[in-house]
Amino acid sequence: MRHHLVLRVVAKLLIPLIMLFALYVQFHGDYGPGGGFQAGVIFGAAFILYALIFGLDNAQKVVPSGYLMALVSAGLLLYAGVGFAAMFKGGNFLDYGVLAGDFIAGQHLGILLVELGVGITVCAVMIVIFFAFAGRGNGDEEDDDIATSPDLSPDSSPNSAREV
Amino acid sequence: MHNLFAAVMLAGIYSLLMASIFVILDAVDVAFTEAAVGAGISTVLMLGTLSLTKSREKIHVRPSIIPLIVVVATGAMLLYGASGMPEFNDPNAPVHQHVAPRYINVSPVEIGVPNMVTSVLASYRGYDTLGELTVIFTAGVGVLLLLGRRRRSKKANETEDSASKEPEVST
Repeated sequence: MRHHLVLRVVAKLLIPLIMLFALYVQFHGDYGPGGGFQAGVIFGAAFILYALIFGLDNAQKVVPSGYLMALVSAGLLLYAGVGFAAMFKGGNFLDYGVLAGDFIAGQHLGILLVELGVGITVCAVMIVIFFAFAGRGNGDEEDDDIATSPDLSPDSSPNSAREV
Repeated sequence: MHNLFAAVMLAGIYSLLMASIFVILDAVDVAFTEAAVGAGISTVLMLGTLSLTKSREKIHVRPSIIPLIVVVATGAMLLYGASGMPEFNDPNAPVHQHVAPRYINVSPVEIGVPNMVTSVLASYRGYDTLGELTVIFTAGVGVLLLLGRRRRSKKANETEDSASKEPEVST
């Protein structure tokens, strides 16, 4: 992708805007459409766009897989942790009302934290899945192609001839 | 259609059309999710899969009748089931009489969040959302175990080889 100058420039312009929009969707989800799930997907899409334009290796330098693994579980732990925090404060599991002094304020805090947890895990999982799919073709092509090409190449030529 | 690339593109366009239908039905949050996940991420993932496999479907020489029977039977059952559903936009439908009035009337006072979808998803149905998040977590771990495995096993083989070589050198 070294020669696609327009794509690189447009992607560089778009990626910060995509991330900003994801943060807006994340933290404005209480007031408008949106929430953790959509925000996580959009935030992940920014990294996927980066990986598509600038290559998988560069993208993996930006988000090392160790951090990704930590983020995948951190979101879920944050969600469950909010539930347990409510239990320690004397409420039921995921009963946000007891988290702050006021019931409404507790609900706001709980929803904000829970949506943040959803966003973190969804974003990290989307990037992980994309990296797993895209990284599949790099190192282990040789044995796959050698194994399949003698079977498929005689098949594919008569098929294409038949369709034409 | 045997061109899988066109099939993926059609699936993405279909998701985008579904998203606009959800917007018309005033389900903005669902439309948002459909547009981001259905039209965006899954199209990218399917394209990524296509780049690993062949982009043409393998043509079967003799057509099988069983898929047609399954599709027709399922369609007939769905049509029969849909005939028993309440009319579209019927305010007296059971789904609008169960917990929806409570959410609509009480949630602005009880939760204090203007977007009712958020208060239902994150607060009233907090367990369900926790379960959904666990599903996504499990999906990510599963993909890693299935697809991220081979390179690690190669490295493990290399280290095993070097480990097995070392004692030979020493002896």
